[in-house]
Amino acid sequence: MNPVAHRLSLWLLLAPFLLWMLLLVIVPHLQMLWVSFHVRESWDSSVWGVAQYQTFFSESYYWRTFVRTGVMSLFTTLLTLIVAFPVAWYIARLARGRSKGLLFAACLIPFWASELVRTYGWMILLRESGLISTWLQFVGLTDAPVEMLYNDIAVMTGLVYNGLLFMVVPLVTTLDGLDESLVEAGYDLGGNSWTVLQQIVIPWTMPGITSGCIVVFMLTLGSYLTPVLMGGKDSAWFTEQIFTQFITRFNWEQGAALGVLLLVLSSALVWLGLRLSGQSFRRVMG
Amino acid sequence: MTPANADRKSVDGEPVNREDGDRNCADLECRGLVRRFGDTAAVDHISLTIPPGQFFSILGPSGCGKTTLLRMLAGFEQPDSGDIYIRDQRMNEVPPNRRPVNMVFQHLALFPTMTVAENIAYGLRRQGVKTAERQQRIKQVLAQVGLPELSDRNPHQLSGGQRQRVALARCLVLEPTLLLLDEPLGALDLKLREQMKIELKHLQKTFGTTFVYITHDQSEALVMSDQVAVMRQGRFDQLASPEELYHNPATPFVASFVGDNNRLPGRVTSVQNGIAAITLANGQSVQGRAAEPGVAAGAAVDLFVRPESMSVKQDHPQQSLTRLSATVSTTLFDGANSRLEMRVGDQTLYARLPQDGRLGAYSAGSVAELSWDPRRAPVFLSGTG
Repeated sequence: MNPVAHRLSLWLLLAPFLLWMLLLVIVPHLQMLWVSFHVRESWDSSVWGVAQYQTFFSESYYWRTFVRTGVMSLFTTLLTLIVAFPVAWYIARLARGRSKGLLFAACLIPFWASELVRTYGWMILLRESGLISTWLQFVGLTDAPVEMLYNDIAVMTGLVYNGLLFMVVPLVTTLDGLDESLVEAGYDLGGNSWTVLQQIVIPWTMPGITSGCIVVFMLTLGSYLTPVLMGGKDSAWFTEQIFTQFITRFNWEQGAALGVLLLVLSSALVWLGLRLSGQSFRRVMG
Repeated sequence: MTPANADRKSVDGEPVNREDGDRNCADLECRGLVRRFGDTAAVDHISLTIPPGQFFSILGPSGCGKTTLLRMLAGFEQPDSGDIYIRDQRMNEVPPNRRPVNMVFQHLALFPTMTVAENIAYGLRRQGVKTAERQQRIKQVLAQVGLPELSDRNPHQLSGGQRQRVALARCLVLEPTLLLLDEPLGALDLKLREQMKIELKHLQKTFGTTFVYITHDQSEALVMSDQVAVMRQGRFDQLASPEELYHNPATPFVASFVGDNNRLPGRVTSVQNGIAAITLANGQSVQGRAAEPGVAAGAAVDLFVRPESMSVKQDHPQQSLTRLSATVSTTLFDGANSRLEMRVGDQTLYARLPQDGRLGAYSAGSVAELSWDPRRAPVFLSGTG
């Protein structure tokens, strides 16, 4: 192949990716950034300014919502890790042959349905007239219907469920590569189950833990359906604020500013997390 | 230790007599160990006693059960029956992390997320050794294995031989009663392996720790060990010193597994004073030492004679030597280990060439006169090994 044709084919191969990045990621974000620095003066004129950003920090409702979303997302991520680790351990280290594939499929299959359907599934279980409530009355544990939706625990349950697969997959991949003799050596040199887990297994799994945590944290922070449907009116999720600004209040400038803030602040949190856990982004994702 | 001429019956039957001499107890004693997987017994009534400070090897082909035996000693496998005693303490129910035993794994199992010093510190921390003493002991053990400068490296930055030494240091720093080694030299290239063999033997003498070493490489076992147990199908065929094993194999399996050997099938015509006269398939008659009680006139037997036990074309063979004519196929030049490949009937035979440079004297198709001392050629019943 001559050099020109070689270069042409390289660009043709790259073109879909570059177009996707440019048109769907870079351009909209630049547009958002541009819009967010507009301050409207009247119905048809605006000036440059940072008023929207000031609003975020001066109106406590905005930044409180953001902090609440961030804290709940961190908590969700931690819970997902705690739930996913034993699952991943079982799939990677204990299951053999067919059962390994089946268990993996069992984690994957719920994700063939959309987030909406999965969330409604939870609502069928948890609502006042739902399965669990009816069953509790039937067994006699309670006299009246129990409402289990529309609180933070319900939101967290839904979010953990949504994030589970994205935590299990990187954990299984890293745990698969852990040599059994390392674990045995850990015991042989005098360690108990806790020290082996803490000194050998977790350091080994750290890249998988970190990449799983980043994905789940970002997914949770940016999720919209689950907090709205399972948390109800008062769920106060930051994405709802963005939605309200854009759609309900038709205040695109404020919505854009909140969107940019969500991206910047969550990226900063991920960076901080990486620094604190001593991991580098390249090692985790590569 | 068990008598050097221990035969099959005394090693896998009832407990071996303990001859601990001036020591009051053995470092390791196993009594009738059995471990089954399904219908097959991976370890089948093994009993052994190892006195303190010995380099003990278990030699056997893959699948003979030696790894299972070692894992039982480490505590990773439970015996179905039988007992393990370490310094007279029963170990059967003791978990791996509470046994005074450490293991060098086949692929070493150095912790990749820790530096060399942290790898060595891991076990010391578990014993609750204080920081200052820990540093001191790490430094000391690294100097002893010859790696004083490498404590801050990661295992993957080390060469194969260095990793080997770190794995040893990590165990030896804990001063175990027993160090188990699971074919740790298998992954090294030939030259380094030869070097590590000698080094391992010296290290064992310096530390004085009892080593239990398993391998399928007979040369490793012979070079390093004080005692070698040859294992086959879950049992010990023979337990003896390397010299004894080499010169007086107890079974045809040991004879063919340990060192190079030629096997000549034939039929016994007579036995006199322990020397059996055998007629080979092509009609030639040779002599060997009857190594089993069943070797009697009329029995089908195999005679084993080592390449270096035969002398080729000696002009005046002594009366006591037995003689055999063979057809030369080719010469295999390999420096000090050069050999002559010959045929007797449909059997292929190898003999060490004399070290006087007369290689050209043996051309293909010529006849070589072989002779050997019958006492150095054991005869076993065929089909028993």
